[in-house]
Amino acid sequence: MSLNILAVDDSRTMRDMVRLALAAAGMTVTTADDGVHGLEVLEGMEPDAIISDINMPRLDGFGFIRAVREIDRMRATPILVLTTESAPELRARARDAGATGWIVKPFDPHKLVKTIQMVTG
Amino acid sequence: MSTDPMAEIRASFFIECEELMESLQDALVILDEDGGDSETINVVFRAVHSIKGGAGAFGFDDLVAFAHRFETVLDQLRAGKLELTSDATKLFIQGADLLHDHIRAAQSDSAPPAGAEDVLKALEALMGDAAPEEDEAVDFTPATLGFSLDLPGLDDEPQLPVELPVWRIGFRPRAELYASGNEAVLILRALAALGETRVDCHVPDDLALSADTAEQPQLGWTVRLEGEMTEADIREVFDFVTDVCDLAITQDQPAAGEPVPFDHPVAEAAMTEPPAIENASPLRLDSGSIVAAANEDVPAVAAGAAPPDPATRNRAARPESEPAAATVRVDLERVDRLVNLVGELVINQAMLAQSVTEAGMGENPSVMNGLEEFMMLTRDIQDGVMMIRAQPVKPLFQRMARIIREASAAVGKEVRLRTEGEATEVDKTVIERLADPLTHMIRNSVDHGIETPDVRQAAGKAAEGVITLSASHRAGRVLIEVADDGAGINRPRVREIAVSKGLIPADAQLTDAEIDNLLFLPGFSTARQISALSGRGVGMDVVKSAITVLGGRVTISSAAGVGTKFSISLPLTLAVLDGMVVRVADETLVVPLSSIVETATLSPGDVRRIGRSTEVLHIRGDFVPLFDLGVQLGFRRAPASADESIVILTTQEDGSRAALIVDQIMEQRQVVIKGLNRNYGPIPGVAAATILGDGQVALILDPSDLTHPTAPEGEDEIALAG
Repeated sequence: MSLNILAVDDSRTMRDMVRLALAAAGMTVTTADDGVHGLEVLEGMEPDAIISDINMPRLDGFGFIRAVREIDRMRATPILVLTTESAPELRARARDAGATGWIVKPFDPHKLVKTIQMVTG
Repeated sequence: MSTDPMAEIRASFFIECEELMESLQDALVILDEDGGDSETINVVFRAVHSIKGGAGAFGFDDLVAFAHRFETVLDQLRAGKLELTSDATKLFIQGADLLHDHIRAAQSDSAPPAGAEDVLKALEALMGDAAPEEDEAVDFTPATLGFSLDLPGLDDEPQLPVELPVWRIGFRPRAELYASGNEAVLILRALAALGETRVDCHVPDDLALSADTAEQPQLGWTVRLEGEMTEADIREVFDFVTDVCDLAITQDQPAAGEPVPFDHPVAEAAMTEPPAIENASPLRLDSGSIVAAANEDVPAVAAGAAPPDPATRNRAARPESEPAAATVRVDLERVDRLVNLVGELVINQAMLAQSVTEAGMGENPSVMNGLEEFMMLTRDIQDGVMMIRAQPVKPLFQRMARIIREASAAVGKEVRLRTEGEATEVDKTVIERLADPLTHMIRNSVDHGIETPDVRQAAGKAAEGVITLSASHRAGRVLIEVADDGAGINRPRVREIAVSKGLIPADAQLTDAEIDNLLFLPGFSTARQISALSGRGVGMDVVKSAITVLGGRVTISSAAGVGTKFSISLPLTLAVLDGMVVRVADETLVVPLSSIVETATLSPGDVRRIGRSTEVLHIRGDFVPLFDLGVQLGFRRAPASADESIVILTTQEDGSRAALIVDQIMEQRQVVIKGLNRNYGPIPGVAAATILGDGQVALILDPSDLTHPTAPEGEDEIALAG
């Protein structure tokens, strides 16, 4: 079964790149423009994994991930943080919020796919 | 479309960059004006950050490097470690300008802009001691990923040497591992993918398996892993979870079955029952069984979550949906094709209306009502299609902000741009072609309009001058105004220059408006010395001709000590034109309304002859060259009798005037422009063609080209039409 992925990023370029990379691997990608939008989209879907940016308007990645973890049916959904920063402190904050893992931009499409396959089993 | 998806995303990236630059510049204006709030600063930061992120994906290294250093400074500002002084804001604005230049350079694959290093240094100097100690540039290495799953043994057939290293991995998840959506079984499976594994499960003696929950996990495993891999390969499997599990990796064999001591310092501190794992009885599993155990249900159960509800899964199936897509991107070519077709439709509708009348059905109410409705719908469609090409003038205005910054800095003046009506929409092509004339007008206002700060203060004005750029819709046209609060036009000086250059006689009696309009004469320049800005041999005459080409008009008004205002009036679209339909020698022609000053009927004595064949029209004390349109276009050899003829007085791009004799004025109407260049090449005096309601093709004239000295005249005429 094809994996359903939600990609949350305020950059259209990033959304397009993620979509392109994952669609090529047969995954179905739904996108959202920021954290608030992402939560709205999640009301109508249950993705197999979520990819989220950190710096976003309205609700940033940390807030978004925290809110997703509050939703019962998504307590165990893998959430990957897609970020340009690789500082350990940032990873720690993402982890505290409930992130499963992180991918540093710019990302290698092939590896993004493999990472998603790994965290979704 | 079958184009390369990466090329499409690349193109889309540059569009996004323009949007980000727009919000960045908006936010900087707010910061500059009233300091803004933390969200304003966030907007600035995010814009630069997003540009950097996208640029990295395409390998625009110069852009990434610049954006990164800029972002680092902005990050300090965001963190409140940097004070937002007006000098700092100015540097941010400069940084934004340079960022824009870098984007353009990346787009055109040209060299990055000069001067970036100086601005970056100045920006970084703002940080002073607050500068991050560590070299961030190294931190942001465009490494493609923070980890790798391309492990030996995963893709390649492992070459098994006789003596393979044997690893022992002690792994016990803590609650946070499951809480963060990670799954121990998947990690064990990833280890199994590295090589041969044997997994021992440690179950505390007092534990019932049913009591092992994601909230209080108690199970741990020892994995014996054999294969060609390094410790780094193994650690990569645990990359996401090193901080949320107890982990120990050792090489070679401790006594079989003996648990591995954990080496993770945090883990040790966090272990609530350190002896538990020692007390545990090993429960052996091989890699086969662990993989088998990792079926779909296990992760969910182990993580304490309910299995996915099929109903929710179905609702999730909204493939490829872009939920809040407010815009679509369409090739301009397609829009233009539609514009063209709608033009045909308008013509077709007019022809149909005429045929219906000719067929004697003009009295039939249902036919006429239907036709009326058809006409209205056609007009609505036309308006709607034209609107697709319309774009807000905002990006154009934002470019002008930069022109003002650079121009005022160059002449040591303080000038601020104020904009109004940025959301006003104008045809895309009009916007593009307006950039140059507007740039020149703005430079002109900075250079000649706004006074130096000391002069302003002496006159009781604020040291900082203001140039107001506004756009609005008025009577089916777009009005763009450039107003400065400078000294106003120095009319005695303008007059003096015009006389000295021989543009007007020394004793000419000119109204204020006439003096102001002298600025539009070719070669006129009031600059006392050639300045770096507007003294580039480009005068306001070029501005005027550029606007006339767009079917626009430019007017000027000025008050001494209060300022000068240039008003540009433009058509909403370039696809239709307001024209006057005239008849000459049995031909129907259209003269663009924008070039017509007035129409008149000739009386005896109005026409004076100069030399053998040159005639001039004497009108209100002025002499204007007079042409017979029929002769000029080669429709007839001899001019019609000048007396009682109708003349159209036109202005030319250079501000001079000409009078055209026509036989009859038919009507004033909007016509759809049909280009001729593609089929016939440029034709002197003819701008384009149109199709009138009766199906007749009419040429649209370009009066300035028509009365140009190179136009055929007198004996050299050639017959263009039979």
